[in-house]
Amino acid sequence: MSVPEELYYTAEHEWILITDSTARIGITDYAQRALGDVVYVSMPTLGSRVTAGDPCGEVESTKSVSDIFCPADGEVAEVNPEIDDDPGLVNSDPYGAGWLFKITLDSADQVPPGLLTAAEYQALTQEEE
Amino acid sequence: MPDPHSSAPRRTPLAEVHESLGAVMTDFAGWLMPLRYGSETREHIAVRSAAGLFDLSHMGELFVTGPDAAAALDYALVGEASVIKPGRARYSMICTVDGGIVDDLIVYRLADDDFLIVANAANATTVAAELAERTAGFDASIADRTHEYALIAIQGPRAAAILAGLTDADLDPLRYYASIRATVAGRDVLLARTGYTGEDGFELFTAPAHAPELWQALAAAGQEAGLVPAGLAARDSLRLEAGMPLYGNELSRDVSPYDAGLGRVVKLDKAGGFVGRDALAKRAQQASRRLLVGLVSQTRRVPRHGYPVLCDGEPCGSVTSGGPSPTLGKPIAMAYIDAAAAQPADADPPPGENAPGDDAAAQQLAVDVRGTAEPVILVPLPFYRRSDTN
Repeated sequence: MSVPEELYYTAEHEWILITDSTARIGITDYAQRALGDVVYVSMPTLGSRVTAGDPCGEVESTKSVSDIFCPADGEVAEVNPEIDDDPGLVNSDPYGAGWLFKITLDSADQVPPGLLTAAEYQALTQEEE
Repeated sequence: MPDPHSSAPRRTPLAEVHESLGAVMTDFAGWLMPLRYGSETREHIAVRSAAGLFDLSHMGELFVTGPDAAAALDYALVGEASVIKPGRARYSMICTVDGGIVDDLIVYRLADDDFLIVANAANATTVAAELAERTAGFDASIADRTHEYALIAIQGPRAAAILAGLTDADLDPLRYYASIRATVAGRDVLLARTGYTGEDGFELFTAPAHAPELWQALAAAGQEAGLVPAGLAARDSLRLEAGMPLYGNELSRDVSPYDAGLGRVVKLDKAGGFVGRDALAKRAQQASRRLLVGLVSQTRRVPRHGYPVLCDGEPCGSVTSGGPSPTLGKPIAMAYIDAAAAQPADADPPPGENAPGDDAAAQQLAVDVRGTAEPVILVPLPFYRRSDTN
């Protein structure tokens, strides 16, 4: 299972990549493997406000549906246009082409509170295994 | 080998094979079973287009033997076991006195006085106990021999060709719902042409010790033909497309065979009584208040087990099974809905048509997907029927 060092994570299996004032968000390799084949992703609306810890979308897979919990406060700046046609990207490349959406962070000068480091997230998933 | 932790799920004789293949394992009805090996969608498509290999060793194998075995089963089950010819099999059910379904079963008649009943894993112990009680007055014995059997299924349009290379048995005369004793890859098996996928295929009952070798031999023989191991996720989506009910979803003690659209399995007029006859005879006279129907979603959000069905915005039923259909490319579901609402938009579509909702439906059907009414259309079951019926 892959857990890239440069990302932060939530306990609900989202990842967030922070670059200056924007953040790219997706679900983790662990999550996609647990979900199985992703068939549809309901994305947050462009321009909408999202709040850390609140559900802001959902991932439909073969056997289940899961909420996407937003890792940070901000405004939705972009949604990945490829996912609608090819939701399988979430399975095949969860940290790359399978990213879900970007937000403009409310506070750009600090890491949003409550996120996990790669090491912390790795430890969490090993507990769940 | 007995598991020291009694609460841990039981392992099939193939558990190590699945683990070595990297399967995602799941606890299903008290058994550790492969959910999928890679992409369950690919496994599903492989079974529709080539072949898939399944471990079904969790299923219950119950034997009813003795001079009165046929008569005992005629009394215990809703079907007529005594008319099954040796070497043939029937789909049947065991019902409560009230006509509720205890389990759905495959009844294989192996010889005049020897029947194999295959029960669902979750119900095997219950069915064995019910059979023991119901057959007590007959010269027949019942034995739960689940632990003595592994069950491997090979399913798909190329299953017969793959299997033919490993057995001396002539598969051509082996009809659907028939079984023979055969040697496959040098091992003795009971070979049945049965399955739960909507495809042609076979189920091989074998000794647990032989299961890994048999699995490997089938996997190797089928590799070039596109055979892949397939898990329970694919098994569920395949049976759903084929419109086959699943105990615990479409079937339960609260449901009669008539509710499930399976009244044909009840033989009310067989000689002698049977458990549930009076209640079922009454049910046969009544129009069902609810019917099992097929729904095709008009959006990409997936109807799932337990979601309410809405007719013109009012609750009129409940989804029993739902999921994305790899073959149709849309979410599909089975649901029980009020009989009045159960008129398909096009009850008799021409063969090959896949847009049965074109005619304007009299009412708007939808499924409440977590608070949003997602439109669906009513279609005849099954969702998928193979073109080359054996």
